[in-house]
Amino acid sequence: MKKIVIVGGGTGGTVVANVLARKRISDTAIIVVNDSSNHVYQPAFIYRALGEIIDESKIMREERKLLDKKVELLIDRALKIDVQNRQVWLESGKQLEYDYLIISTGSRIVPEEVPGYRAAHHFYTLEGARILHETLERFNGGVVAVGIGGIPYKCPPAPAEFCCLLDYYFTKRKIRDKVEIHYLSPLPRTFPHEAVAESIREMMEEKEIHWHPMFNIESIDSERRVVNSLEGESLKYDLLVMVPPHRGAEVVERSELGVDGGWIPVDKHTLQYRDYSEVYAIGDATNLPISKAGSVAHFEAKVVAERIYSDTIGHKPEAVYDGRVTCFCDAGFKKAIYMSFNYENPPKKPRFSYLWYLGKQMVNRFYWSLILRGIV
Amino acid sequence: MSSGEHKVSKIVDARGSHCPGPLMELIKAIKNAQVGEVISVYSTDSGSKTDIPLWVNKAGHELIGVYERDGYTEFIVKKAR
Ligand SMILES: Cc1cc2nc3c(=O)[nH]c(=O)nc-3n(C[C@H](O)[C@H](O)[C@H](O)COP(=O)(O)OP(=O)(O)OC[C@H]3O[C@@H](n4cnc5c(N)ncnc54)[C@H](O)[C@@H]3O)c2cc1C
Repeated sequence: MKKIVIVGGGTGGTVVANVLARKRISDTAIIVVNDSSNHVYQPAFIYRALGEIIDESKIMREERKLLDKKVELLIDRALKIDVQNRQVWLESGKQLEYDYLIISTGSRIVPEEVPGYRAAHHFYTLEGARILHETLERFNGGVVAVGIGGIPYKCPPAPAEFCCLLDYYFTKRKIRDKVEIHYLSPLPRTFPHEAVAESIREMMEEKEIHWHPMFNIESIDSERRVVNSLEGESLKYDLLVMVPPHRGAEVVERSELGVDGGWIPVDKHTLQYRDYSEVYAIGDATNLPISKAGSVAHFEAKVVAERIYSDTIGHKPEAVYDGRVTCFCDAGFKKAIYMSFNYENPPKKPRFSYLWYLGKQMVNRFYWSLILRGIV
Repeated sequence: MSSGEHKVSKIVDARGSHCPGPLMELIKAIKNAQVGEVISVYSTDSGSKTDIPLWVNKAGHELIGVYERDGYTEFIVKKAR
C-alpha cells in the first residue's frame, strides 16, 4: 500500500486531500496530520474583530467532517520531517513513512519580534480578534493606526481593508468624526501593484483615511504611545493595530527545510521541494514571492493533486502552477474590489462595486463546501 | 555572483511577483541581512523602477546599481545601517 502524507489540514491540506480522494487511486492511503480537530476560516477574523461575527461556531468546523471519508485524519502534531528517509515523526510517538509528502503547515505569527509588541492589537488569530473587538467597543475617539510589523504576512490587502472597514464601523457607531484612521503602508503606495494601489488610494481619500507611505513598523514605545518605522519616522496613536511578523511552521524550522524565516523553497511551477520530487509544499508554507492567501493554497493544492495522480498512474506529471492569485478587498458600505492575476499577467485597475461585495459573500459561504471539497 | 567590486550575498528573484511585489521582497531580505551585505533583486514589475530607489533612499540604504537584463531589471542594494 502506498502512502500520501499531508502535514497540515488547513485550506491547502484539506483541498489536496479531497481532490486526491476523488481520484480513487488504487492501493493508496491518504493521511492528513493536523494539530487541531477544528478548521477555522481565517478571513472571518476581521469580521470577528469588528463585531460583525460574534458567534464563533459559524467560522469553525470539525476537520473530520470536511474531509472525504476515504481520507484518514490524525489529530497529532508533526515534530520532525526527515525527507532523506521519507519519515514524519509525530508528537504521539508515531512515525509515518510516505511515498509522497505534501507540506501545508501554513504560517505562524511572531509578534514578539517587534520591540514593544504588547501595546499593539491584531486580528491574526481568533483570540486577537476577540480582544481587539472588546477594545474597539470601548474606544470613543482618537487616533487609530494600522500598520505592518513584518514581511511577509498573510493576505496582503488585509490591513488596507481593515482601515476601510474601521471607517464603516465608526460611521455605524456615529463617532466617525471623533476618530482619525491612519494606514501605515510599507510601500510608497497603498498597495503593491500600481493599478490596484490607485483604486485603494482613491477609496482612502474619499473616506478621509490618512495614509503614510513607506512606514514599516520597527518598534513601539508603549509608554509614549508612539510607533516607530524602519525608515526613521514616528506616529503617536491612541489605538494601534499591527499585522504581526510571520514565520513558517515550527516543524519546518526544526526540520531545517525552510529558508529566511522558515519558508520552504519550492519550484514556482511544480511546487516540488529542491531535488525531492516526491515532496511538495503548498500555501503559506512556501517561499514563493506571491501572496500568502487561501486562493493560492487552493489553486496550488489542485496542481499538486494532479501531479501526484499522474505519477501514480505512470504518466509524467504535467500540471503546473501559473502563479494565479485571486482576492477581494471589502471597503465597507457593501462595496468591494476583486483582483485576479498570475506570474505573467499583473492585475488591472479594479472598481469598487456591490457585485464584488456579493462575490466575497459567496466565497465566505461556499468555502466549506465547494472550495474545501476541491469542486471549484 | 559579483557586480563590480560588490559581492552579492543574496539574490531575490521576484520576477512574476505582483503582490506582495519585489519591493516587499527586498524589505524582507534587508531585514534579515547584516549591515554591509549586498542584495540583488530581479523584477519584472514596472513599478519597481520608482519604488525601489525611493524606498532604499528613505530607509538609508545604498542603491549600487540598476541594470536592464534580458526581460527583467536587476537592482543591487547594500544594507547600510
Ligand atoms: C485576518 C485574515 C484574513 C484573510 N483574508 C483572506 C482572504 O480574504 N482571501 C484569501 O485568499 N486568504 C485570506 N487569508 C489567508 C488565508 O487564510 C491563508 O493564506 C490560508 O489559510 C493558507 O492556507 P494553508 O493551507 O497554507 O495554511 P492554513 O490554512 O493556515 O493551515 C495550516 C494548518 O497546518 C496545521 N499545522 C501547522 N503545523 C503543524 C504541525 N506541526 N503538525 C500538524 N499540523 C500543523 C495548522 O494547525 C493548520 O491547520 C486571511 C488570513 C487572515 C489571518
